[in-house]
Amino acid sequence: MTASDVHPPLAPAAKLIVDGVSKWFRTPRAEVHVLDNIDLRIAEGEFVCLVGPSGCGKTTLLDIMAGLTKPDEGLVLADERKVEGPGRHRLVMFQEPALFPWLTAFGNVMFGLKRKPGLSNAERRDIADYHLRLVGLDKFRNVFVHELSGGMRQRIALARSLAPDPRVLLMDEPFAALDAITREQLYGDLQDIWRKRRKTIVFVTHDVREAVFLGDRVFLLSPSPGRVREEFNIALPRPRDLHSPEVAAVVQQITLALRGHLPASQDAAA
Amino acid sequence: MKRALVVFAFFAGLLLIWQLAAASGRWSPVLLPPPRAIALYLWESLWDGTLLDAAAVTMKRLLIGYFIGVALGLPLGLLTSTSEHMQDTVGALALGLQTLPSVCWVPLALLWFGQTETAMLFVVVMGTLWSVLLATDTGARNIPPIYARAARTMGSEGVDKWTRVILPASLPYVVSGMKQGWAFAWRSLMAAEIFVTILTGFGLGHLLQYGRELSAMDQVIGVMLVIVFIGLIADKLLFSPWERFLHRRWGTGLK
Repeated sequence: MTASDVHPPLAPAAKLIVDGVSKWFRTPRAEVHVLDNIDLRIAEGEFVCLVGPSGCGKTTLLDIMAGLTKPDEGLVLADERKVEGPGRHRLVMFQEPALFPWLTAFGNVMFGLKRKPGLSNAERRDIADYHLRLVGLDKFRNVFVHELSGGMRQRIALARSLAPDPRVLLMDEPFAALDAITREQLYGDLQDIWRKRRKTIVFVTHDVREAVFLGDRVFLLSPSPGRVREEFNIALPRPRDLHSPEVAAVVQQITLALRGHLPASQDAAA
Repeated sequence: MKRALVVFAFFAGLLLIWQLAAASGRWSPVLLPPPRAIALYLWESLWDGTLLDAAAVTMKRLLIGYFIGVALGLPLGLLTSTSEHMQDTVGALALGLQTLPSVCWVPLALLWFGQTETAMLFVVVMGTLWSVLLATDTGARNIPPIYARAARTMGSEGVDKWTRVILPASLPYVVSGMKQGWAFAWRSLMAAEIFVTILTGFGLGHLLQYGRELSAMDQVIGVMLVIVFIGLIADKLLFSPWERFLHRRWGTGLK
């Protein structure tokens, strides 16, 4: 059964399609409805942000797109093929760097490359070095993970996700654990890299400003069960300035919308 | 330099106390020979070959048995960490047998294999296997799940995942398990050699036991020192490099 049997051809060049995805977490004591009938259509080269408060199932949704979790209903299509499991075409950058301590910075970047067929080892090394330069850490090539700062680790994790040239990059609050200064540097890096490489990126965050600064489109999710409430096109020109009034205006608009979708008790938290 | 001096002073002090005690004449020289007698014994048996031959026999048994134990324990530990059934069966068996002091295998090994090399090897394998198995199992279970998730998205599955992610990630546990396995193997082999005479090879344990039978205290203490020495060397050669490697990579134990 190919994807086209299940699904008639949709909008052209939809890179990633989430179609009617629902998910429940069942424990012996409770059943939690995490995601309810999620539909997303993400185009080639698009930078999409999923924003919502904690508990809205955005990480679960990202896991489902990655193929790490199976949806209970619905399906995910990547390049018109049903996602059945994780694969190197959809690399994930996690909230923790998830770097391997037994490898150097270079070794970590090489990990995904080594598993990518059709390259010679010399090419793999060149690609890894290129990406270390891209994130500005070529001097730290032979350093072990514990010797790097938190921001450096996330940079290496970014290089590791980009190096095998995935079709889609899935990012799960990758900068949430960093301090504000480091985070802003990484926003800049990510925006630069995205402009150079035109990757399709799905970026999950609870920070509206982050989403507005980075995204072409922002999807607003609300919790229990997780639903896509609204969609915003961010028409601001790039490169953007995190502290510009234009960004702030859109942030305010989305934040207000987000409050509207929350139960009263969570109002303050949003 | 100062540290070396302290070490030297400590051991010189010990020797001096020993020498004084032996020279005081309160105890029979048969029970407490002076340090010189032990040095003499070591010197002579080193040159006539008895000590080196015995050490070689013992080390051969130990190394072969140990590597068999590790070669079985590592994959079995990885298996028990993945499958519930393996955990309930092999895992439970390992946990039970690990509590059994490995000397307790000696009578069984003798009945099964007779007074042979195989019996010795069996005891060493039993000393090693269970602690390596359990340590590997614990190690693999304690890997942060995020490592496995990251590896899967990067296309690491099956054998590659086991050898390139799970095994290196559980290395800190595995190395301490291997160290414990080594200690158990070493102790159980010594016990077996003291209990059992085996005609095919005359190990350090036998040498120790004959020292007792001949009431040759210089031989008893001399062989004990050799056993301690070999234990120290093994620790330095076999495990210190691994531990340094782990500290360097994981950033643990650094000042």
